[in-house]
Amino acid sequence: MTKNVRISVTVNGEQYEREVEPRLLLSDFLRHELGLTGTHVGCEHGVCGACTILFDGQPVRSCLTLAVQANGHEIMTVEGLTEDRERLHPLQEAFWEAHGLQCGFCTPGFLMTLLPFLEENPQPTEAEIREAISGNLCRCTGYQHIVDAVKLAAEKLARQQV
Amino acid sequence: MKPAPFDYVAPGSLEEVLATLATYGYDAKLLAGGQSLIPMMNFRLAQPSVLVDLNEVTELNWVRRRNGGVSLGAMVRQRQLERDPVVAEVAPLVHDTMPYVAHPQIRNRGTLGGSLAHADPAAELPVVMVALEAQLRLRRAQGERWVAAEAFFEGLFTTVLAPDEMVVEVVVPVLPPRTGYGFLEVARRHGDFAQAGVTAVLTLDENDVCRKARIVYLNLGEVPMIARKAADLLVGEKVTDSLIAEVADVGAREEIEPTGDIHATADYKRHLAGVLTRRVLKLALAKATSSQ
Repeated sequence: MTKNVRISVTVNGEQYEREVEPRLLLSDFLRHELGLTGTHVGCEHGVCGACTILFDGQPVRSCLTLAVQANGHEIMTVEGLTEDRERLHPLQEAFWEAHGLQCGFCTPGFLMTLLPFLEENPQPTEAEIREAISGNLCRCTGYQHIVDAVKLAAEKLARQQV
Repeated sequence: MKPAPFDYVAPGSLEEVLATLATYGYDAKLLAGGQSLIPMMNFRLAQPSVLVDLNEVTELNWVRRRNGGVSLGAMVRQRQLERDPVVAEVAPLVHDTMPYVAHPQIRNRGTLGGSLAHADPAAELPVVMVALEAQLRLRRAQGERWVAAEAFFEGLFTTVLAPDEMVVEVVVPVLPPRTGYGFLEVARRHGDFAQAGVTAVLTLDENDVCRKARIVYLNLGEVPMIARKAADLLVGEKVTDSLIAEVADVGAREEIEPTGDIHATADYKRHLAGVLTRRVLKLALAKATSSQ
């Protein structure tokens, strides 16, 4: 019998304390323990990128991270993009307006990958965008619209800065 | 897909890690970035009874200049290797190769020591470290030893590491003057495991005669495959296009052991090896000729 571990994790600015089994994946912790089902679980072996979250500000696969490893760290999920439930984040607006999603399953992973990317690189070229999203699969194959959405998001975010 | 149950320890110091390894040996597994180990645990291909998390051992993460080269802690993240200015200056081949390693999300977690200890023949870091003649410092509770990168890899996912031993440091030596280098691979999609890859490091003298050459293949054998015979053809010669063609031919014909898989036959991988060798040698030669 393995020992459970007590962890304290900050998710979207809120602190949570839970006792978890060491083998619990961070993706399952977010969904089942915290009810944050915006993080989607696709392949569970690090290929599809659907479960991408920010771990101390860096995009990582939550299915390749154990919940216990998040102890003392800061996590941001897609739910953390906007506090106002009536308004979307400019990145989300851009996905909506440019048809950057079809079924939407991969979208949270794309958004969490792109958020730090656009902060670091506010005016990306198309090649840089494609490189940035190379670790996220969209099985509707809507990549062209996703690239358009990223360009639109960059414009929206730039306008916001002014 | 969930890992089988295990006990989890997250030591705060290297001493504690080594003591834990000494106690559990084969039953313990070190968790570095987890980008290969956790998928294997999710598939239950790996079922360690004790998982020793290295992520809180901050003393294993450093990038320092050392004798003109660079010393790297085992827990340096792949993203750090990609972005660190000292790595870019002193070990430019490592810097240039990092974008080939999976995707940014993976590189944010994946580590140098983890990639070497995992010993996947399709991984880029082992091949590059063998080409650069890096030295690995291995530690266990009772002491340490240095092992050359090329002596570290024994077979498929197998290294010389004893069950209670771990990689703590990698030292990449300084490149001699007039040295050029390159890395190339072919993958079906960017960031996928490559079907074949090659890296080359060439040193010229002031008359453009090759003084030293290393050619190492990726995913064309169970370990990073060093093409000694092919590289020796270059030494003492001016590197012409016809010599490059001959070297590529010998490398691809005699010094690799490709196996076919669903995406590529062994013959196709051999063909790739030849083409990539020619291209990488031209890249390395151009860099060596233009450098001081």
